[in-house]
Amino acid sequence: MPDINNVIAKYSSASDLIPALQEIQEAFGYLSEENMEALSHKIKVPLAQISGVATFYSMFRLKPLGKHNIAICRGTACHVHDSETLLKSAEKKLNIKAGEITSDGMISLTSVNCIGACAKAPAIMVDGKVYGNLDDKKLTKIIEDLRKQG
Amino acid sequence: MKAKSKGLAGKTRKAKKKISKPAAKVAKFDKKVKTCSQPQTVSIMLNEEKVCCKPGEYIFDVALKNGIEIPHFCYHERLERTAHCRLCVVEVEMNGRTRIMTSCSTKVAEGMIVRTHTPKILDARRLNLELLLANHDLNCPQCPKNLRCKLQAYASDFMIESLKDEVRIKGKRRTVPVDNSSVSIRRDDNRCILCGRCVKMCNDVQTVYAISQNKRGFDTIVTPALGHNMAESACVNCGQCVIVCPTGALTEKSDVQQVIDALNKPEKMLIAQTAPSIRAALGECFGMPVGTEVTGKMVAALRKLGFEKVFDTNLGADICIIEEATEFVKRLNENRNLPMITTCCPAWIKFGEQFFFDELRHMSSCRSPQAIMASLVKTYYAQKIGKDPKDIVLVDIMPCTAKKYEIMRPEFKGEADFVLTTIELGRLIKEMNIDFVNLQDSDFDHPLGESTGAGAIFGHTGGVMEAAVRTAADWLEGKKLKKFEYKKAIGGMDTKKEFSVTIKGKTVKICVVHTLGEARKLMEEIKAGKSPYHFIEIMACYGGCIGGGGQPTPCTKEVLQKRAAALNSVDSKKKIRKSHENPSALKIYKEYLGEFGSEQAHRLLHTTYTRKSYK
Repeated sequence: MPDINNVIAKYSSASDLIPALQEIQEAFGYLSEENMEALSHKIKVPLAQISGVATFYSMFRLKPLGKHNIAICRGTACHVHDSETLLKSAEKKLNIKAGEITSDGMISLTSVNCIGACAKAPAIMVDGKVYGNLDDKKLTKIIEDLRKQG
Repeated sequence: MKAKSKGLAGKTRKAKKKISKPAAKVAKFDKKVKTCSQPQTVSIMLNEEKVCCKPGEYIFDVALKNGIEIPHFCYHERLERTAHCRLCVVEVEMNGRTRIMTSCSTKVAEGMIVRTHTPKILDARRLNLELLLANHDLNCPQCPKNLRCKLQAYASDFMIESLKDEVRIKGKRRTVPVDNSSVSIRRDDNRCILCGRCVKMCNDVQTVYAISQNKRGFDTIVTPALGHNMAESACVNCGQCVIVCPTGALTEKSDVQQVIDALNKPEKMLIAQTAPSIRAALGECFGMPVGTEVTGKMVAALRKLGFEKVFDTNLGADICIIEEATEFVKRLNENRNLPMITTCCPAWIKFGEQFFFDELRHMSSCRSPQAIMASLVKTYYAQKIGKDPKDIVLVDIMPCTAKKYEIMRPEFKGEADFVLTTIELGRLIKEMNIDFVNLQDSDFDHPLGESTGAGAIFGHTGGVMEAAVRTAADWLEGKKLKKFEYKKAIGGMDTKKEFSVTIKGKTVKICVVHTLGEARKLMEEIKAGKSPYHFIEIMACYGGCIGGGGQPTPCTKEVLQKRAAALNSVDSKKKIRKSHENPSALKIYKEYLGEFGSEQAHRLLHTTYTRKSYK
């Protein structure tokens, strides 16, 4: 685990808030309350304001990701190709809501705005790899494979 | 299409007429303006009338000056103009183009034609209101702001009920649990319209940063950081968010039912004490003119409610001054822990304990008048009448939501039992069907009911300081000073006021601030060791207690000035106007407390402060 003080060492003013949050997320995988408090003291921005920013942008995560992460694209092209059903189906299969993590910590599910794979809509991204032209059957297979992989 | 273009053509024709008509009168108009010594003015047409305004003024303010209060939610005279409720829209015609603009954020310009109530505007305003109502909890009778709610009032004014048969917008309702964690403030996000006033008040004016808008779009919610509740947050309970909230989203936490229960326990002795500022505001709950002083009726109403004794917190204020002035004279002579800061305001105390815990030595150790009275009722008075303090229920009538927090502090355990705000008392009197306006005046009870003019002015900004200086100056000079009024210097509504008095050849530098934002600036100065002052008064609320979180709304500058004037008239009518000359206070010292600042006085009238953590 990196040291939060090293991660935010170079940030000093309120205008650094968003880059600092991005760097914390990169280092720790998500924004924990303790880390945001540390940032609050460092750049002198009240925690309530940091909370406002961190919950406003969908790129910020307030909970850790699972060992594997499934990101369902909810951009326009994917939406037209019914990514909503895909998201609901994934939620049902994993028994969690978007933004949550399975109880064994194995798989997390996120809904993201556009992953730039519009030609392959509906698309998802699993651990950074894009899977396109998805349907329910393919999604089931992907989840099963992840579970097998462990 | 045809009808539309006809309508537009009609409008422009009409407008042209309007421009040409007053043009002939311009010379006369300008002449008149010059005599009011305003060389630079902008003239606009406001609803067919020519109006003269200062450059840079906003349409909203100009309309208000001319007797038109444009409907609004997010606009507030002391907050940044964010223009997002969209209710204050008006039609603005400029260079032949007509547009719908938000009046609160649009500045006037020469030749502008403004119409505030055209059919188009009425429709736009009504639509915006319908949108707000679409996802609002409409169970009004169960809302603590029922009949005091601005959303409800506008819905009535705009005749929304006439749309019952064709509800144009059906919205999803937010269903989140009510936050009842705070002892002072109840937060119900299901009734929030996201006007943002509370957030601006908490962050920009008070600099407490307890709440912010979280998430986005429909999910947007006003909340403390990261899902924490109000009790865990940095909230200092000042209630300034409550007095600016137009709906039932933020209200005081009501203790009315508990007080009714207590009033119906025959084995208990019920005692009330009333803070200085209640008498200047309570009448407003019953439609009396702003600034009506209702001391006698207030006492009479409390007796009718079943309080056996009604005491005056003003006496506590006088004793507070005696102790505080003793402390100040001592610190001044020893040149120790200066500047000394007054500690009558519980919101300011929590603010200091949270954000400036290294500077707590500057705070006076003296309790607030409320806590002094509570201590005396449960010790001195209980002994005097031979009652077990446990059989006495003391109800404080306070202008303040933070007093609800103050009585829960461990230091004051077992003293005051309940706090009712001005609003809550008003509701209790109404529930008991007491005809407040026609009550016969009644007097406070002895021995804790006599007070001086100095105690009366505690309720407005600068009052505590003036009372303290009246006493301290007499003591330092060693004589009864005839000139003892400082209101001109410290009585006004500026948020920071400074002045100096020369006492016995020594210049004493004094500063009075209200609003916690000003307090923060002052404390930063003290922290940096750059504060030039000897004595500082801090009040959390704008205007002092007359603008407290439990007072009737609106608390505009104009309203607060009238309430302050009412308190000043109580002061000037009193024969005794210096705290240390209060016969009742002196008697209590003689019988029970001993010397001013004695050990017994310290035990009962002083307190300590500790660092408080928050999320």
